[in-house]
Amino acid sequence: MADERRSLIRWLLGGGLLASVSSFIYPVLRFVNPPDIPEAPVNEVSAGKVQDLPPNQARIVRFGSKPVLLIHSSETEWRAFSAICTHLNCTVQFQQSTNQIWCACHNGFYDLNGKVVSGPPPTPLEEFTVRIRGEEVVISRRA
Amino acid sequence: MWFNERLGLDSIREFAAHKKVPIHSSTMWYYFGGITLFLFGIQVATGILLLLYYRPTPTEAYESVQFIMTQVQFGWLIRSVHSWAANLMILAAFIHMFSVAMLHAYRRPRELTWLSGIALLGLALAFGFSGYLLPWNTISYFATKVGTDLAASVPLIGPALARFLRGGEDIGGGTLTRFFGFHVAVLPGVTTLLLLIHLVLVQKFGISSPPAIEKQCKESGRAIPQMPFFPNFALRELMAWYAALGLLGVLAAIFPWELGEKADPFAAAPAGIRPEWYFLAPFYTLKIIPSHIWFLEGEMVGFVGFGLLAAWWALLPFWATDRAGQVRSRLVTGAGVAMIAYLSTFSVLGYLK
Repeated sequence: MADERRSLIRWLLGGGLLASVSSFIYPVLRFVNPPDIPEAPVNEVSAGKVQDLPPNQARIVRFGSKPVLLIHSSETEWRAFSAICTHLNCTVQFQQSTNQIWCACHNGFYDLNGKVVSGPPPTPLEEFTVRIRGEEVVISRRA
Repeated sequence: MWFNERLGLDSIREFAAHKKVPIHSSTMWYYFGGITLFLFGIQVATGILLLLYYRPTPTEAYESVQFIMTQVQFGWLIRSVHSWAANLMILAAFIHMFSVAMLHAYRRPRELTWLSGIALLGLALAFGFSGYLLPWNTISYFATKVGTDLAASVPLIGPALARFLRGGEDIGGGTLTRFFGFHVAVLPGVTTLLLLIHLVLVQKFGISSPPAIEKQCKESGRAIPQMPFFPNFALRELMAWYAALGLLGVLAAIFPWELGEKADPFAAAPAGIRPEWYFLAPFYTLKIIPSHIWFLEGEMVGFVGFGLLAAWWALLPFWATDRAGQVRSRLVTGAGVAMIAYLSTFSVLGYLK
């Protein structure tokens, strides 16, 4: 009888302790998890005037919170790709000498269609649509 | 077994088994040192959590605390626990200090334990003062303005001290960065070191019994009743911590700490502005001191007065006993009562007026 009582008290005390420790840890675990901050979806941005970017030049443009690489590859041809390397998220750049897109972090190369030429990137770069509206260059997400 | 072999747990167990705590009518006051330590632990834990989101710049500080309070899950709870625990820790430290004084536990050879404790209380107040500015709200902004202005009235080094504290001529981004640095790096480092010294001294000299109890037991020819520190006292202390945690949870949940309005350096100070409760007594004293006493500035007289009072109290172990080593019991009790009366009365007056 005494043993039964003792084991009941042990269960109650242990259970109470476990419950209260859980009640301390739970809010802490929720606290350290950063909340999602919703961003207004961006589908189109203006990348400036046509004459601001001469042929065979490129520039990084803000597309919402992400960088996009805008390339003026020839007199009439414009291209835009996500500037985030598909390997480990470094920001890529246009290399005039090779006419390729290069990631300096691990020497990854993409061609001007966004396809991987060499190096460790596993997948091509996401491509964006570029339109010229009058004198303005407009980049938009592909449907 | 594996750990015992590598860490020598047996010697710790042996040490704990020999440590004793006196039992008498005032034993309950022994728990307050541990409660203060526990609340300091809560401060460290919640402070680290707040650091995950807080940004110490005038343009972002208020917004980041607002973000913690409204967007981060349980952010309101963590911040409220941090603010309430800070206040309860200072209250527990004051109770601990006055109980040590009234039970005459500062006597030889525990002078350094007392002095390190007083320094720790000073650091706790510095934590309070520096942490108060961090949310960058109107009340904290003006409280810091007044506080650093008061520092400027210290004789000789005042202006340089105020400039050092503010990080410039006025309260601004430089002040916030400095106070943040003091609050999360300088003060925790110094406090940890001093706390270790304080705890080592407490371990070295054991827990003191009041002289009246010592005398009583000596006269009746019996030893002072004692209980083992572990597990008897430790488990009781643990229950006191649990009660403190319960109180903290209730206060934080029912009275979440308010954020107030964002600080505006070009706005007028709002009516009814006052510092935290533990600075109310000096705040009210300064309020009633005239601007000039004879040829001296009132603020400076007040500051020097507080300094002398604090120094006199800190040196308690050196004037509390006579040459024969006997405690001047009435003098110390009278001084303690007068100190408590001054602090509580002036705090209440400072709150009301």
